[in-house]
Amino acid sequence: MSAPGVQSRRPVLGWTIHDSLIIARSTITASFRIPEALFFQLIQPVIFVLLFAFVFGGAIPIPGAEPGSEGDPSLYREYLMPGIFGQTVAFAAAASTVGLAEAMQRGIIDRYRALPMSQPAVLIGNTFANALRQVLVLTVLSITGYIVGWRINDGIVNAILAYLLLLLFAYTVTWVGAYVGLSVPNTETANTAGLIWIFPLTFLSNAFVPITALPTWLQYFAAFNPISALVQATRELFGNPTGAPTDYWTLNNAALYTVISCVVIIAIFAPLAVRKYRTAARK
Amino acid sequence: MRRKESPGVTFVPVTEYAVQAEGLVKEFGDVKALNGIDLVVPRGKVVGLLGPNGSGKTTTVRILATLLKATSGSAQVNGFDVQRQADDVRRSIGLTGQYAAVDEFLTGRENLTMFGGLFHLEKNYVASRSDELLHKFDLADAADRPAKTYSGGMRRRLDLAASLIAKPGILFLDEPTTGLDPRSRIGLWDVISELVFEGTTVLLTTQYLDEADQLADDIVVIDQGQVIAHGTSSELKDQIGGDRIEITLDDEQSAARAIDALSGVVSGEPTTEGAQYSAPVAGGSSVLIDAVRALDARNVSVADIALRRPTLDDVFLAMTGHGAEDQQPERPEPSRRGRRGGR
Ligand SMILES: Nc1ncnc2c1ncn2[C@@H]1O[C@H](COP(=O)(O)OP(=O)(O)OP(=O)(O)O)[C@@H](O)[C@H]1O
Ligand SMILES: [Mg+2]
Repeated sequence: MSAPGVQSRRPVLGWTIHDSLIIARSTITASFRIPEALFFQLIQPVIFVLLFAFVFGGAIPIPGAEPGSEGDPSLYREYLMPGIFGQTVAFAAAASTVGLAEAMQRGIIDRYRALPMSQPAVLIGNTFANALRQVLVLTVLSITGYIVGWRINDGIVNAILAYLLLLLFAYTVTWVGAYVGLSVPNTETANTAGLIWIFPLTFLSNAFVPITALPTWLQYFAAFNPISALVQATRELFGNPTGAPTDYWTLNNAALYTVISCVVIIAIFAPLAVRKYRTAARK
Repeated sequence: MRRKESPGVTFVPVTEYAVQAEGLVKEFGDVKALNGIDLVVPRGKVVGLLGPNGSGKTTTVRILATLLKATSGSAQVNGFDVQRQADDVRRSIGLTGQYAAVDEFLTGRENLTMFGGLFHLEKNYVASRSDELLHKFDLADAADRPAKTYSGGMRRRLDLAASLIAKPGILFLDEPTTGLDPRSRIGLWDVISELVFEGTTVLLTTQYLDEADQLADDIVVIDQGQVIAHGTSSELKDQIGGDRIEITLDDEQSAARAIDALSGVVSGEPTTEGAQYSAPVAGGSSVLIDAVRALDARNVSVADIALRRPTLDDVFLAMTGHGAEDQQPERPEPSRRGRRGGR
């Protein structure tokens, strides 16, 4: 006996895309049903912008800025915005962590695993949806930035490249988030574990202060931290101040290093997450 | 709706049994969850897998539904090997797990649409089938509300609807009515009976004895990962045989006197629980008169006295040495209590 109304066969890749899109659509639809969560996801980066722009603004000098303008708050805001962009997209990981941990705990993953669907599609769809949601977040953030004095100074093409780079990074970290979400024992842990590694990673970077302001040993870490490269590349592409030039290859080839990092991280974490998914029992 | 024929359609062997498992063993580290389970479910029948908490019911179902790999042993579902032909098995089955597994933030209809799509069914078919199921399961009014707003019973029904979207020939139901009130339970029983009437094969796990009694053609009793008995409900009852006398005493203190008074009347070891007394008897309803006389002679006053055919509960007790629900005293057990008191 076989199911009625079955669609004709497709190659495996075709079904993977088909199933991923269904999962992605459901994930996005579901996320709009939790207005509070969406609100806080949008408000958090906005608060960061306002805090840094108005509270710390003048206190952080931008080395390499034109003499006499180091303390200019509008300069810091231009410097700051790409940092906030970078930090914000890094938090896209948390949505995948929490979402998958919840799906696992509720047993919905069991249902997916008992369906004749493409199994990696559950993760591909989830990570894709959470990265795509960043489009909305980046839009709100850009408007806020514009209000506090941030500008796109280097043309629309570069700006689009900057946004694409940010989205690529978002997609990359959602795979790490997916792996973490499938590894934690329950949703409570997911809520903390999903965030705990992102904060140090974003602060040990050039997102908010030039890395030359960090102690030397941390400078090395920050220079190889993909978030630093992402932020540096974004600054360059938006035509925002980048701070003093450094000797680090990673920062002098920021866009390239970002793309390489993303590819490497996905190449490591996507298979890990898929394997975890296949073996994970409902907890 | 016709299936679109396509090259390379998998040959579906027609086997006598919808489900066939042999020597299933599952170890989780040191824990031996299954210790050699043999099981068959004939086509079109309902088999009830009955066992207390932790006996291995869910583990068995998860292995059969391709969610877990058995440590050893083999199983075929719809003639397909659960390990080597997992996708074919998945196309043949519907699974309703122990906990309602639907997306809470999606509406009932969106859930069905999503699962239908993931089952690779045609859009039009999914739309009409969803409507049909939503009506059948009394969810039409709530169809466009997020499942988060559903009651426990509604969620269960949606969960069942989701596993029926592709009209599976074989259905696994893991404790389908746990946590439901008596009325929703009976409602779900009706739905399951109807599916069976339409020809669906069902493997159902439960710790409710009356549920197995009500729904299952065959009952497989498992305890600590092993099959300890199997047969129809009446075969199992016959195995332990005999009627029981059940007495509700006026006060708990007289329990000891009651045991003493009835020692010459009953035919086996009595059990007492508070003011409840129960013991096997032989010799039909005349023992009731003997019992009343014996109790009267010792001044034991009685609130209720009845002769009872053995229930699966007794079967369970006799076979495992502990009650099916021993480990879960907090669980409300509406229908069983009602049944006892009334007779
Ligand atoms: N993932 C796991 N890791 C370790 N032990 C497990 C795991 N899953 C089940 N077990 C153990 O295997 C045994 C059987 O569990 P199972 O869930 O199959 O029982 P069950 O009959 O479904 O119980 P319940 O009535 O509580 O649902 C239990 O002792 C349980 O603790
Ligand atoms: Mg169970």
